[in-house]
Amino acid sequence: MSAESYGSHPVVDRRVLLRGAGGFLVTLLAPGVTLYAFGAAGHASEAPASSKVRWALLIDLSKCPAGCDLCVTACRDENGWQQNGRPETDPQWIRKVKLRDGRTGEYREVPVMCQHCDKPACVDVCPTGASFKRADGIVLVDKHICIGCRFCMMACPYKARSFVHQPLTDQKPWAPRGKGTVEACTFCVHRLDSARLPACVEACAVKGGGAMTFGDLNDPTSEVSKAVAKYATSQVRADLGLEPAVRYRNL
Amino acid sequence: MTKLKFHRLEQHRPTLWVLVGLHVVVLALGFGAALYMEEHGHIVSGMNNQIVWGLPHVFAVLLILAASGALNLASISSVFNRLAYKPYARLSGIVAIALLVGGLAVLVLDLGRPERLVVAMTTYNFKSIFAWNIYLYSGFVLVVGAYLFSMMDRRASQSVVLGNTMAWVAFSWRLILTTGTGLIFGFLAAREAYDAAIMAPLFIAASFLYGLAFMVLVLVVMSRETGNELATEEIAGKFRGLLSIFALSVLYFTIVHHLTKFYTGGHQGVELFLLRDGGVYTLAFWGGQIVCGTLLPLGLLARARDSATVRWSLPLASVLFLIGGVAQIYVIIIGGQAYPLKLFPGMEVSSSFFDGVIASYQPSLPELVLGLSGISLAMLLTTLALRLMPFLPEMRTKRSDAA
Amino acid sequence: MRRRAAIALGLFMGVAVLAAAGMRASAESGTLAPQPPKGRGEHCVADTDFMRRNHMKMLLGHRSEAVRLGVRTQQYDLNGCVDCHAVAGADGRPVSFDSPQHFCRSCHTYAAVSIDCFECHASRPQAPGKAAAVQPGDKEVAAISQYLRDVGQ
Repeated sequence: MSAESYGSHPVVDRRVLLRGAGGFLVTLLAPGVTLYAFGAAGHASEAPASSKVRWALLIDLSKCPAGCDLCVTACRDENGWQQNGRPETDPQWIRKVKLRDGRTGEYREVPVMCQHCDKPACVDVCPTGASFKRADGIVLVDKHICIGCRFCMMACPYKARSFVHQPLTDQKPWAPRGKGTVEACTFCVHRLDSARLPACVEACAVKGGGAMTFGDLNDPTSEVSKAVAKYATSQVRADLGLEPAVRYRNL
Repeated sequence: MTKLKFHRLEQHRPTLWVLVGLHVVVLALGFGAALYMEEHGHIVSGMNNQIVWGLPHVFAVLLILAASGALNLASISSVFNRLAYKPYARLSGIVAIALLVGGLAVLVLDLGRPERLVVAMTTYNFKSIFAWNIYLYSGFVLVVGAYLFSMMDRRASQSVVLGNTMAWVAFSWRLILTTGTGLIFGFLAAREAYDAAIMAPLFIAASFLYGLAFMVLVLVVMSRETGNELATEEIAGKFRGLLSIFALSVLYFTIVHHLTKFYTGGHQGVELFLLRDGGVYTLAFWGGQIVCGTLLPLGLLARARDSATVRWSLPLASVLFLIGGVAQIYVIIIGGQAYPLKLFPGMEVSSSFFDGVIASYQPSLPELVLGLSGISLAMLLTTLALRLMPFLPEMRTKRSDAA
Repeated sequence: MRRRAAIALGLFMGVAVLAAAGMRASAESGTLAPQPPKGRGEHCVADTDFMRRNHMKMLLGHRSEAVRLGVRTQQYDLNGCVDCHAVAGADGRPVSFDSPQHFCRSCHTYAAVSIDCFECHASRPQAPGKAAAVQPGDKEVAAISQYLRDVGQ
């Protein structure tokens, strides 16, 4: 039986090494690139997502070069949100925000996507409960019951969500999207459910600067937990208290 | 005490049919616009990923506010026991229901998936103020319906207790409803223009104003059509006073709202945008809401001292108040979204997704027509109700009794 | 009154006769009833009769489990249906739901039951070349599953 009937590039396309019961899933993707994938517990595709896991993403901006948009194109290819040349209505699940400090002239580019908040405002305001947080902390839209009221877009402080403004055809089988519903980054939930990393993280690790560390924040031995414990990291609009799962280093 | 008489809309001038025809046309166009938007997606509207709520929401909110405000004449008569308002209690109830239905229709037809209305009615997230509003709105129709029954049914209207209870329930319900509508915006901590508890009282004050303005217009039109002067000299004078007080309260809450935002350092940007640099929003605020929708009609009402002047300045002021209302809600809803979200305070930001940029919005014709059709639906429903049941007071008898 | 009843009865009988004839015709020649193409695999996840009556319930149940809980049982996955029941069009590529030949559509049009599944979901398999490339080896999958099992304990 295959756990992989949909999705694109597998994380594990060379060799999988298992280091003991609590160890890491270490994957050799390309010479010199080692991906530490899941810290403690992903879940097999037939078991429900577990609340023991809290998926999180740490982005080290010092390793995120200006002008690189590998994460954005990887997400677009994976999830199929091609642009139609109408920037005002075209969806964007992930974007690079260019920052310039007016006083020091310091320049940074920050990949921004759904921050998968622990206390998501979009979930609170959704009248039908279509916006929801999965047990493992991933914030999703259940497009089957989304009525397209866009209140979540009003409530999201990160401008992470897009509304599908026109009929679509030929969506990716693993990423259903449709007119009249709201959508956003899913942390590539279809990939996670078959133990593969989100497309952006993979692209960044393989071809980019390796700025993204993805893993389980509830597992103290995971790469992301260790990095968060070791370095100063920050969350965007932490003042709102939504506790985003996406953290930034060197912001 | 004279027994009040009510009648159905039976005798009217041919101009009524012109009005009805006009509303039917607008309603048909609005329905067509909704189908068009449903077929092609919201791409045919001016709304986009920056301005997610547009003109339909402006009209929907205006109508929903006006709905709860229109009930006021009934509330004043039975909750506060002012006999002068008694003749208008029934009419105020039915106009309230009609306005609410009109507003809700616009809101529903603008949904991305309007065909899933049944989902909205069956799946609830009780943490959402929107979900609560679905209850508050449908409950309002039921409560006001029961209130009307307690006033109009031969036996039910004998019971003072029932009448008073229903009056109080309806009055409390409408206050909660408008609070709920205000909190749709008040709870939005993410957006600088909103995120303020004062949105609730501001919306309540606004609802008093728009509701009464609609009532005045309905009374004026019906007086003309039936050839029966519905607004007596006494009540016209009271309306003049009430409209002025309501308009001043809206002005007061607006000033406090903006002052508070202005005072807290972080929000000065959005205030300067709305009040000084916002182009169409600034114009809508100062020209639309303040001058055209507040000062001008207030001046008109203040100057109207003799009853003849009151008679023409009252409807004119009401129209101005409603235009000001559209401007006010336009600035709140669309201006509030046009100002960019601040993800990284203190930084100069830019992106392919309009970060750090004032969002642009050009309302499209389908949106405008859809919004206007809400008003038409409300007016048609009112006319239909007046035709079917005795909502209109018989003022002649009363006047001759008094004489 | 009696005359009206007689007309109604006559009409009813006429319709009934026509319907019966239609049904027989469709059963015999297959001109009216849809003849959905056979799937590619050996057999479906359940027998045809059961699928006919219950596929919508299976999809509905699976949808909430998959979306809400992350339980992605392959057996009831809509993508599985789409993959297996793909119908090749004139160009040899699988047709989408826009085509009356589409497996789902062939029946649903006949039964006059409109579905909006394919407004969001892909109605044809991903291009075969691309799809094949995404399959990881069984060994890797087994290794991941083993790992996840270990960790789960």
